[in-house]
Amino acid sequence: MHIFANPKRFLSLATWLTPMCLVIGLVMAGGALAYGLLYAPADRLMGETVRILYIHVPAAWLGMGGWTTIAVASIVELVWRHPLATIAARAAAVPGAVFTAICLITGSIWGRPTWGTWWVWDGRLTSMLILLFLYFGYIALAGAVNREGASSRIPAIFGIVGAINIPIINRSVVWWNSLHQPPSITLGKSAIDPAFLWPLLIAAVGFSFIFGGVVLARMRMILADIQTEARLRRKALAA
Amino acid sequence: MSAVLALLKRDLALLTPGAHGGGGRRGGTMLPLLFFLAVAMLYPFAVGPDAPLLARTGGGVIWVAALLAAILPLDRLLAPDVEQGFFDQWALRGISEELVVAVRMIAHWLSFGPPLMLATLPAAALLGIDGATLRIVELGLLAGTPGLAAIGIIIAALTVSLRSGAALSGLLVIPLAVPLLIFGAGSLSTGGEGGLALTAAISLALIAAAPFAGGAAIRAAREG
Repeated sequence: MHIFANPKRFLSLATWLTPMCLVIGLVMAGGALAYGLLYAPADRLMGETVRILYIHVPAAWLGMGGWTTIAVASIVELVWRHPLATIAARAAAVPGAVFTAICLITGSIWGRPTWGTWWVWDGRLTSMLILLFLYFGYIALAGAVNREGASSRIPAIFGIVGAINIPIINRSVVWWNSLHQPPSITLGKSAIDPAFLWPLLIAAVGFSFIFGGVVLARMRMILADIQTEARLRRKALAA
Repeated sequence: MSAVLALLKRDLALLTPGAHGGGGRRGGTMLPLLFFLAVAMLYPFAVGPDAPLLARTGGGVIWVAALLAAILPLDRLLAPDVEQGFFDQWALRGISEELVVAVRMIAHWLSFGPPLMLATLPAAALLGIDGATLRIVELGLLAGTPGLAAIGIIIAALTVSLRSGAALSGLLVIPLAVPLLIFGAGSLSTGGEGGLALTAAISLALIAAAPFAGGAAIRAAREG
């Protein structure tokens, strides 16, 4: 893992990995969404509205996956002081927040016709909303730390404390049994018909590639920022 | 052990009103309490003096007001000691940041929790809450305010080296405190008796985690 402590080696890999992730992701997610919109069968109970599933569910997974990325990168940062972990955690925050917001918005649009309401204070919806505000807090804290040149371990600690929320979201549907359905897909088995499941899984993999590509692109951006700053400082010292 | 008692004595002298003049040297316990009462007073102005509505929703309003009041003292909770180098001196003497943070958390709760529970009495009168509900609110605050103190000390330690810390701490405290609020205020609804136990459980978990998160944050702030 410490091979990539050298940003140059990481950058040489990320330079071609970023467009590759984005292209593969866009093709897979776009294809799955097009298939889901045009060819997948309508649901017996929910009718045509079920097609929003192909964006809602991957967004929910990636919204939680984003904070898991932050938490894992934060642990790596605190334990091994890996320089790229800090950058990875910061880079994952904004795409994670965007996917969480997409999940909440599509869920709300889906809830209107199927549940008859835009919003209910149900366990899962509430904990996704808390997750969104955790992202806002993390982004604000990481921004302040970056601006004021404080230790990058400060947002890392908040990332780990906030990770307590992830298992709560994961279990919330089981604990508070209300409007949101219990999980249909668990490791190894699925209550969803294959006609819905395959485009859903392809969309999820595609969105994950997009997520990875965006994280890599943002990591390169943060590294470039750091390099520019270091170069300016050297020039100022030499002048 | 004597170090713990000495620290606790010093912290209490700093945080509570008394010998050092009204409000304690740190700007005081009185400020959050007055803010708490002001929020409780604000709510009837906003929704109108409808007694049954106020009585039904008052318990929740008290919880929201308590959460908001808990944010106020955070920026003075640890920052003066970090700025003046007290933590460096303690570290030199072999007193760990975790221990100092744990003691500060206890002192913070003592100066904040019980007074808040007292201030709940006039707030309950303002909102017209009946005796049975008031009992559950007080029990809920007894179970929940230690958790609020733990979240507060974590966030105070995280923002201690930031100039924008005071503005940030509200945004950071609220999402972490939501589970406490849900179960604490949830214990007021019918069939929510388990809420008190869950509030206490969350508080205990937070209290256990806070010294370590806070201590690590203070060390991180020192290394800058």
